[in-house]
Amino acid sequence: MSFKKLLTSAVGRKLTMGATGLFLVLFLIVHVGLNLCIFANDGGEMFNRAAHFMGGNWVPRVLEIGLFFFLIVHIVQGLILEMSNRAKRGIGYEKSYGNRGSKWYSRSMALLGILILIFLILHISNFWLPNRVHQGFLLGEEINLYDRMKVTFSIGWIVIVYLIGLIALAYHLMHGFQSAFRSLGVHNNKYNKLLTCIGRGFAIIVPLLFALMPLSFYFGWLS
Amino acid sequence: MQYDHIIITTFYSMAFDSKVPKGPLENKWTEYKDHCKLVNPANKRKLEIIVIGTGLAGASAAASLGEMGYKVKSFCFQDSPRRAHSIAAQGGINAAKNYQNDGDSVFRLFYDTLKGGDYRSRDSNVYRLAEVSANIIDQCVAQGVPFAREYGGLLSNRSFGGVQVQRTFYAAGQTGQQLLLGAYSALERQVALGNVQVYDRHEMQEVVHIDGKARGIIARNMMTGELERHFGYAVLICSGGYGNVYFLSTNAMGSNVTAAWKAHKQGAYFANPCMTQIHPTCIPVTGDHQSKLTLMSESLRNDGRIWVPKQKDDKRKANQIPEQERDYYLERRYPAFGNLVPRDVASRAAKERCDAGYGVGTTKQAVYLDFTEAINRYGKIECGKHGIDNPSAEIIRHHGLEVVKEKYGNLFDMYEKITGENPYEVPMRIYPAIHYTMGGLWVDYELMTSVQGLYCLGEANYSDHGANRLGASALMQGLADGYFVIPYTLGNYLAGEIYHKPISTDHEAFATAEKQVAQRIAKLMGIKGKHSVDHFHKRLGKIMWEYCGMARNEAGLKQAIQEIRELRAEFWQDLRIPGSDKEYNPELDKAGRVADFLELGELMCLDALDRAESCGGHFREESQTPEGEALRNDEKFMYVSAWEFKSVGEWELHKEPLIFEKIQPTQRNYK
Amino acid sequence: MSFLEMFDVLNERLIEEGEDPIAFDHDCREGICGACSMVIDGKPHGPWAQNTTCQLHMRAFQDGDTIIVEPWRAKAFPVVKDLMVDRSAFDRVIQAGGYISVNTGNPADANAIPIDKKSADDAFAAAACIGCGACVAACKNSSAMLFAGAKVSQLALLPQGDPERKTRVIEMVAQMDKEGFGSCTATGACEATCPKGISITNIARLNKEYMRAILSSEEA
Repeated sequence: MSFKKLLTSAVGRKLTMGATGLFLVLFLIVHVGLNLCIFANDGGEMFNRAAHFMGGNWVPRVLEIGLFFFLIVHIVQGLILEMSNRAKRGIGYEKSYGNRGSKWYSRSMALLGILILIFLILHISNFWLPNRVHQGFLLGEEINLYDRMKVTFSIGWIVIVYLIGLIALAYHLMHGFQSAFRSLGVHNNKYNKLLTCIGRGFAIIVPLLFALMPLSFYFGWLS
Repeated sequence: MQYDHIIITTFYSMAFDSKVPKGPLENKWTEYKDHCKLVNPANKRKLEIIVIGTGLAGASAAASLGEMGYKVKSFCFQDSPRRAHSIAAQGGINAAKNYQNDGDSVFRLFYDTLKGGDYRSRDSNVYRLAEVSANIIDQCVAQGVPFAREYGGLLSNRSFGGVQVQRTFYAAGQTGQQLLLGAYSALERQVALGNVQVYDRHEMQEVVHIDGKARGIIARNMMTGELERHFGYAVLICSGGYGNVYFLSTNAMGSNVTAAWKAHKQGAYFANPCMTQIHPTCIPVTGDHQSKLTLMSESLRNDGRIWVPKQKDDKRKANQIPEQERDYYLERRYPAFGNLVPRDVASRAAKERCDAGYGVGTTKQAVYLDFTEAINRYGKIECGKHGIDNPSAEIIRHHGLEVVKEKYGNLFDMYEKITGENPYEVPMRIYPAIHYTMGGLWVDYELMTSVQGLYCLGEANYSDHGANRLGASALMQGLADGYFVIPYTLGNYLAGEIYHKPISTDHEAFATAEKQVAQRIAKLMGIKGKHSVDHFHKRLGKIMWEYCGMARNEAGLKQAIQEIRELRAEFWQDLRIPGSDKEYNPELDKAGRVADFLELGELMCLDALDRAESCGGHFREESQTPEGEALRNDEKFMYVSAWEFKSVGEWELHKEPLIFEKIQPTQRNYK
Repeated sequence: MSFLEMFDVLNERLIEEGEDPIAFDHDCREGICGACSMVIDGKPHGPWAQNTTCQLHMRAFQDGDTIIVEPWRAKAFPVVKDLMVDRSAFDRVIQAGGYISVNTGNPADANAIPIDKKSADDAFAAAACIGCGACVAACKNSSAMLFAGAKVSQLALLPQGDPERKTRVIEMVAQMDKEGFGSCTATGACEATCPKGISITNIARLNKEYMRAILSSEEA
C-alpha cells in the first residue's frame, strides 16, 4: 500500500491526473488574472508590473518549478494512461459506440491535451523562454512583455494557433474540471452538480478571457 | 404399443429410514446438533466434497463447508457461479423474526408452511426450516446484503402470499439476486483462500458409486468436451428444479434436471415428482418461437381485476366490450377472496375459462388483468384529497393513473417492453406458467438421499414444500439447507468416513462411469437425424402442459405416458446435433438435458396418476368437490411418493407415511 | 419476438441446414443473470436504455435493417467462441476482496446495527449490478471501474463492510490492473449502458476509498 500505487495503479494514475490537473487550474486563474491587466488600457504599465512581480521575485519563481513539475507529471501520466488504455481493447468494434452517455471531448482528452501541448510549446517559446534567457535564469532584468505581445500577436498564424489551443483548452476543461473531482473521490451528488456548473462556467469563461488577449492586440482594440 | 393399464408396485416401505430424531418436534434439531458426530479440523482438510450447482443452496453450502475446512469442489454449468437461477427470485425471504410484533413465531411459520403445502411434507424438516430461518437473515445482513429498511434504520418487512403476519424480508424486487450475490461472495472468498475450487462451464454427467456410497462424479468440461473424473467423500446435488420439462417456464434456459436425474438413476429415490407450482400472473405465450415465460409480480392482483368476455370467441378488442358483457370469473366463483385466491386456484380458473373457449388474445390462451377500476377508484380518492369537486372522468383518470404508475410502474414498463402494448391503455393479458417444482430427490432428515454420501439441497430436493410452496419460502429453504443444515449433517456422516482412504480416480468404478458417459454422448452425436433438440423439447413441453399441467386426469395421464414414450423413441432416432463433442456445443448440452427430461416426464405423469387426489398444485379432476374445488384424500394419500428407478420407463414406488405430531390437517376453502 | 428468440430461430435454421449454430451466452432471459452479452449496432445490449440483450425485442428495428452483432471486446474478456466471452476476470476481482469476511455461524441479530435508509438504498442501488460486463464493453478504455466501484460502494456504505474497507479497495484495484482492464476517464458511457442504471457516482466513491486507504495505511 505504498505511495507508489498513487503513481502506478490505474486508479492512482487518475488520482495524480486529477490532482495535478486541479493545480494547473489554479495556475490558470493566476495567469488569466495577470492577463486581464492589459485591459487597464494603460499602455501595459499595470501588466508589466504584475509580470515583474511574477518574474522578478523568488517566491513565484520557486513555485514555477513546481508548476513545471506538475505539468510534466500531468503530461507524462496522461500519455501513459492513453497508451495503456488504448491497448486494453484488443480487437476493435466493427461499429463504433457513438455518443450515448458520453461526449466526444470526454473521449478525446489526450488529443485535446496534445493540441494544448503544441500550443504551450509555442507559447513558452514566445514569452517565457526568451524572458528567462534574458534574465540569465536568475532574477536579472526582464524584457518588456507587453511590447513583445504586441509584436507577437500581430502575426496572424500565431493568433490562430493560440485560438486553436484555447478552444482545445476549453473542451479539455469542460471534461477535466469535474472529472478531476470525481477522480479525487467527490461522490456527493449535490457537490457534483455544483462542480459541473462551476466547471462548465470555468471552461468557457477562462479560455475566452485568454483569447481576448491575442484578439485585442491583433484587431487593435487596445489603445 | 398400447398403454391402457399401468401396474404400479407399491408398498409402505421402511426400506428407507428418514432418520428423524426422537423427541418433541421443537427439540429435534437441538437434540440432533448436540449429539451428531463431528470431524476434527485436521481431518476436514483431508476430506474432499463435491457440490453440484451454485444457486442459493449450492453456493451457501460450498462456502460454509469451505469455511469449516473441507476441501470443496463446486460445479456449475454457467460461466460464473453468480448466474445460477436463484438470482431471478423477486419477492422475498420469510423468517420468523417477529420484528413487526405481530405475533409471528417459529411455530407459526412452521404451521403456515406445512398448511400451505397442503400437508404433504415432513413436519420435522419443515419445523427445522422455520427454526433456522431467523439465522439466515442475521447471516445475510452480516454479509452485506442490502435488505430494504425503514427510516429508523431497522429492517423492513412485507406480507406475502396470504399469511397473516409480516415476515417477508426483501430487497426491492431483487431479493433472490441480493441473497445469491451474498452467498456468491462468501463462495469467492473461499476460492481466494484456497478452500473451494470452482469448475464453471462444467456439467455433472454421472455419479460414481463405490461399495454402495457416492464417491465422486464424472463432469464434462463444456468448453472442451473433455470428461473429468472427480473424487469426493460426499456429493451434494444442489441443481435446482425441473420446471423446464415443460419447455416454457419461468426457469432459466439452462435449468435442468440432469444432475438430480443421474443421481436418481444411481439409486436416489425421486419424491413427489408431480408436484409443480404454477404461477397465475405471467405474460402469456405469444407465438411458436417463444423461448421462456416471464413472471409478473403477484402483487398486481391486489388492484387488477381478472376477466374474460361472456361471449365465446369474442373478436372485439377489450375496450370495446361493455361492462355487462364481461365475466369477472374469480369474483363470481370466489366472492370471499375474489381476485386474491391462492396461486393454484387462480391458475386453474384461468385455464378453465380458456379451455371453455373464452380466452383472449391471438392465441386465446390468456385472460385480461384490468386496472380500469383501480385507476378510477384511486383517481376519485386523489380528487377528494386535492379538493376537486365534480371532476370530469378525464381528470379522475389522470390522477388515478399517477397512483397506479407509482405502485406498479416498473411492472407495467416490463410488460410493455415484452408485449409492445401499453397496459395503461389496454388491459394486460396474463396466463399461468410453471415456475417451481416442489418435488425432487427424496432426502432424509439429514438431507441425504437414499444413496449413502449423496445429498440433495434446495429446490432439487422435495422435503419442505409438500404439494404447494408459499411465496418467499424458496429462498429460505435454499439458504437454510446450505448454511445451517448441511454443515451439521454432513459431519455426522463424514465422521465415519475418515477411516477410508481417498479413492484414486483410476478406480474401475470411475473408468466404467466415464465410459458410460462417453458412450451416451457418442450415441447422441451418432443419431444424425433431422430435428433439433428444441423441436423435441417443445413437443415434450406441450404434452406435459396438456396432460400434466394445471389439471390432470387418469385418461390424459395415460395418454401422456404413451406419447412421451413414443417421443422418446423418436428423439433417439431423429435427433440432429451439429458440430462435434470436442468443442463448445450447446446443442449437445441441451440434448443431454432433454434426454433426461424425456424420462422424467414419464415419471411425473406416473406419479400424478398414482396420486388420485387433488392437493396443492396437483389437481386431479376426478377428485374435486361438486363446486369444482380441489379435494384432498388424506385417508389414502397421506404419504410421500418416493420412486425407485429400475430401468427406463420402470419404477418402484415406496411410500413414506406422513404423520403429523402437532397439527391436524384441514381442507382449504376460499369461497 | 425477442432478440435472442431471433437467434434461436436463426440457429434452428442453421442446424436443419447442417451448419453450426452461432454460440452466445444467455440463461435467465429476464435481465437478471447477466449472462447475455452482445454488442448490437455498436451498443452493448442494444439500443434500448437500461436493458439487457435478452430483453431487447425486434420491435427496436425496422424491416430490412442490417444489424451488426459483435461480442464484448476487451483484452480482459477474451472471446471464447462466436459471441461468447470469458468473464472470469470479474470473478477474480470479487475474489480479491468483494466480500465481507464473515463465516457462517451465529452473527449478531440482523437489527443490532441500524443502517440509515439512504445508505441502505444507495448500497442496494450499487448492489443491483448483474456482472454482465457491458460497462467494460462500452468503455473506450475497457475499464471495469463501474463494476468494481459498485461492489466497493455497496460494502463501503454498510457498517458491516467497514473493517475491511482499506484492503478491499486496494486489492480489488490491483486485481483489475492485473486482469488488464483500463482506467476510468469518466466519459459516462458505462453509466448510459448499464442495464441496471448503476451510477458513476460509485466510481467516485471507489476513488475516495482508494485514496483514503493509500494515504492512511501504515504500510510503507
